[in-house]
Amino acid sequence: MSTTTADPDALDLRPPAWSRAVRFCQRQPLGSFGLVLVVIVAITGIFAELLAPYNPTANDFSSMTEAPSLAHLLGTDQFGRDLMSRIIFGARTALIVGLSSAFVGGLLGLVLGVGSAYFGGTIDLLLQRVFDVVMAFPLIIMALAIVSIFGTGVHNVIIAITIPLIPRCARVVRSAALVIREVPYVDAARACGYGHVRIIMRHMSPNVMAPFLIMVTAFVGQAILAEASLSYLGLGVQEPVPAWGLMLQGGAEEYASTAPWIAIFPGVAIMLSVLGINLFGDALRDTLDPKLRDR
Amino acid sequence: MLQYVLKRVLLTIPTLIGAAALVFLLMRLIPGDICLVRLGGGGASFDPKALASCHTEIGVDRPVIVQFLEFMWGAVRLDFGTSMWSGKPVIVEIAARLPISLEIAIMATVVAVALAIPLGTISALKQGTWLDVAVRVFAIGGIATPSFWLGIVSVLLVLDLTNWIGGKPWMPPIDYVPLWQDPIHNLSMAMLPALTVGYRYAAVTMRMTRSTMLEVMKEDYIRTARAKGLINKLIINRHALKNALLPIVTLIGIEFAFLIGGLVVTEQVFNLNGVGRLFVQAVQNQDYTLTQALVMLTVTVFVFTNLAVDLLYAWLDPRIRFN
Repeated sequence: MSTTTADPDALDLRPPAWSRAVRFCQRQPLGSFGLVLVVIVAITGIFAELLAPYNPTANDFSSMTEAPSLAHLLGTDQFGRDLMSRIIFGARTALIVGLSSAFVGGLLGLVLGVGSAYFGGTIDLLLQRVFDVVMAFPLIIMALAIVSIFGTGVHNVIIAITIPLIPRCARVVRSAALVIREVPYVDAARACGYGHVRIIMRHMSPNVMAPFLIMVTAFVGQAILAEASLSYLGLGVQEPVPAWGLMLQGGAEEYASTAPWIAIFPGVAIMLSVLGINLFGDALRDTLDPKLRDR
Repeated sequence: MLQYVLKRVLLTIPTLIGAAALVFLLMRLIPGDICLVRLGGGGASFDPKALASCHTEIGVDRPVIVQFLEFMWGAVRLDFGTSMWSGKPVIVEIAARLPISLEIAIMATVVAVALAIPLGTISALKQGTWLDVAVRVFAIGGIATPSFWLGIVSVLLVLDLTNWIGGKPWMPPIDYVPLWQDPIHNLSMAMLPALTVGYRYAAVTMRMTRSTMLEVMKEDYIRTARAKGLINKLIINRHALKNALLPIVTLIGIEFAFLIGGLVVTEQVFNLNGVGRLFVQAVQNQDYTLTQALVMLTVTVFVFTNLAVDLLYAWLDPRIRFN
């Protein structure tokens, strides 16, 4: 039997990428604003060395708790460190923790969720009970328990935040994958003799991308907030690493009335980046979720 | 209905046993010897005899399965042993801190419900207007703002404002006095933490109220109610809101359990001696027995809140009850 191969470009009837991007901005002004915020945070984190006016960890005891001025745009902290430089480098810490926890947690959740739906039966039942147990721990409580075992520091904070995110993603992905499992192309793949791993990774996972991407976007925001909370409690990232939550610990409260900028700016940085991610995530959900799409 | 209740109640048992096993396992994963930490804490050198007697005292020299069963039996009887830091029974430590956290949690829920349901409904009814955008931005701001930062900023504002008005800065009290003994003292202590935690809670509930109201307003029975000439107020209160409340109730229940997580940081900001702060202290002091008990307490509250929400849902929604 002969088959004709169509030109894939000729079949792609979607408008070009730039016109879809313009339409996204028109339809989702708040989402676009969120995306702008996210891009700013990303650029700040990536090019921190080039953007920061001072060394973020260098103490300068001649200019302690200085108010915002031309020399120090956002002021200095109780050790004379430039707040703006610390916030710029803090973006990198937030990005590292936020992105790695969200992606590793999301990917493990994706594989477990799709696998659970694909195999069904006892495996599904067992995995569901395990997810139930892990999800019974509020995120910050689970993270605290894990930190109490592994100790503090960036890597351990990432582990502590990743673990509770896995079942949250797996749950959502599983319910989407249960629908996909019944679709004929999965049966066809099975009939072709493909292995379980190939069916899960190549045939089912790409089809649950919409809920997966929505979850991962939300996770980045949650992870940044969780990292900030842990660091604020003194159980996350440790000094002298610049991290937004850590900047609010100790000095920020002590000098709150005399040097309020120490307490205000790092919080604004956390708020704006999480706000950006959430606004973008909401717009992404509206665009990707056919049930919410108003077309 | 009875069958459904039984099924839901029985399902909590494996979750709780699993959670207990996980807590037990997590605490056994801690590197090093707990007794070494304890004996080394005083800074003095210790002899092997003291180490052995410490092992016997806390029971780590017995088989793991025996230890687990004993932990489970203790958990059932609410006996979690003594705190490794203070030496007092864990349950006494927790009971002393519980009222303050419970009060803030309840007040935060009241704040959340009082803000979320009216604002969420208005936002849905005025979809697309500036009012809707304002409510949505307020809500999304609540999710993005870290509660501890909001706490610091609100204390700062109160300090500056009282200084400006009365010429003397005023700080909210940090010691707990029961509401019935001194309501003013009690409320001025709990108000700011409740508002700070309640904002996020309200934000999440507001978004849920808006989306369920939008969905319900598209239902056929709303159109029917309109067609038969009912006034708008009646349609919203009796037909729309009543049906939209179901998922909102679920969310309020689930979020109530998550409040405990929020309290961990908020109590630290306001220097309140609640359960959340005890948790942080337990982790910092490596007080494993206390950490273990607190994690178990949180999980139990979470599992039972979920159960209560599910049962309430079944009671409110006949479709679940009769399936």
